[in-house]
Amino acid sequence: MRRTPLSPQMTIALPVLGAASILIAWQYLLPLIGVPAYIVPTPTAIFGVFQRSFALLIDNLRPTLIEALAGFIIGNLAAVLLAVLFVHSRILQAAYFPVVLFFNTIPILALSPIIILIFGIGMTPKIVIAAVICFFPTLVNMIRGLDSASDNEHELFRVLSATRSEIFWGLRLPRALPMLFSSLRIASATAVIGAIVGEWIGSDKGLGALIIQATFNYQSDRLYAAIVLSSSLSIALFCIVVLIERRVIRY
Amino acid sequence: MLDAIEARQLDVGYGGRHAAVKVLAGLDLTVAAGSFLSILGPSGCGKSTLLRVVADLLDPLGGSISVLGATPHAVRSRRDVGFVFQDSTLLPWRTVRDNVRLPLGVGQRSLTRKIEDRSTELLELMDLGSFGERLPHQLSGGQRQRVAIARALLGEPKLLLMDEPFGALDEITRDRLNDELLALWRRTGTTILFVTHSIAEAAYLGERVIVLAANPGRVVKDLDMRPFKQEGNRCKREDAAIAAAMADLRTALERAS
Repeated sequence: MRRTPLSPQMTIALPVLGAASILIAWQYLLPLIGVPAYIVPTPTAIFGVFQRSFALLIDNLRPTLIEALAGFIIGNLAAVLLAVLFVHSRILQAAYFPVVLFFNTIPILALSPIIILIFGIGMTPKIVIAAVICFFPTLVNMIRGLDSASDNEHELFRVLSATRSEIFWGLRLPRALPMLFSSLRIASATAVIGAIVGEWIGSDKGLGALIIQATFNYQSDRLYAAIVLSSSLSIALFCIVVLIERRVIRY
Repeated sequence: MLDAIEARQLDVGYGGRHAAVKVLAGLDLTVAAGSFLSILGPSGCGKSTLLRVVADLLDPLGGSISVLGATPHAVRSRRDVGFVFQDSTLLPWRTVRDNVRLPLGVGQRSLTRKIEDRSTELLELMDLGSFGERLPHQLSGGQRQRVAIARALLGEPKLLLMDEPFGALDEITRDRLNDELLALWRRTGTTILFVTHSIAEAAYLGERVIVLAANPGRVVKDLDMRPFKQEGNRCKREDAAIAAAMADLRTALERAS
């Protein structure tokens, strides 16, 4: 059975109402059924942290933002460049893609201590972890994207005596962009995860460090505020990617 | 008059010279310059393969082929050949005009013949004058195929290869594009090789129709259509003479399948 589509007003109103109903239940229902505030603080208590400790939150947001952003850029750039190399050299791809595949099977949590051993405790290891976590999905998507032009499209370019670089810029790359952007959207969230994981393992700054400290000190309202901030950071990065995507891909 | 294509004992296949699966075997074909040749045949008979050899997209395993008196490679490098695929193969990120202008942007450095931007003239010719700034997905199937033809004509090719270009269109659109193509052919004098599944289309368009059989591909029928038509390859679709020719072609095609 076909469902009638929602009106534009309802498409906006319903998620807002849904979120509001959850927040209200959280605020009034959870205390009522006896969930203690040190486990789940109320939304107003979390909002209170934003008012009281705004400077502290922003101070910890800044390093995480820089690490996630730098990791996002470096990881994706490396993935795109390696994908370009791989699609132009089947030999390199056959030799090294399995190695990359193997590296991807190592859990990032297991890899992170090694990265911190190598790069110390500054921002660098967090950037590297964020980059590593972005790298693989983009590599795979970019290789598939660069190879996604149809046989006819390749033949069209051959009939026109196109050079390899013309085929790359005129056909392979534009064909790959939709797939690249879909992995960039995923990477916008995973880069933040990478930065936070890095901060868990060895840092006294950043949202990850704040989460660990707040947990050990039973400051659950601060813990929840840090979580809200991390998720807002992911959403912001995601929105930036989507905005760029809309400008670049118009068809 | 010079021959546009001369193929002798042409063998084409896949999988290398020795372990090859032959798609075309010992094919002999001569096509006069400026003529309109329709190629009919069952699936897998090598119709498309033949076009790909002529366009230098595929090397033959044996035999010889000369295109416009030269090798297929030389002809492609001179950009004397245009190719139209079954799906229009328009690049979705380029506007209609930029799709038509694609030949200007690629291959120019390696070419021996420079081509001019005739996109405006061609868009007018193909009745797409007001669609230049649209994107391909905003066009109908017939319009997209017109854009593909305009793109193939940009370099003023002496030879136009068409691989079931109207196969995916509805019948009314297809008939209209058939007439437009014939008008274009009369005007430009381009040699056209037109692959199709449709007996009616082959008979209506071609001055000559060849039927290929499969396994391996070879010419089993070579029908001169000019006796069935009026001056200038003109005919009516419902002509009795054309119907007789079509029956003849159908018999050949049934035997070939």
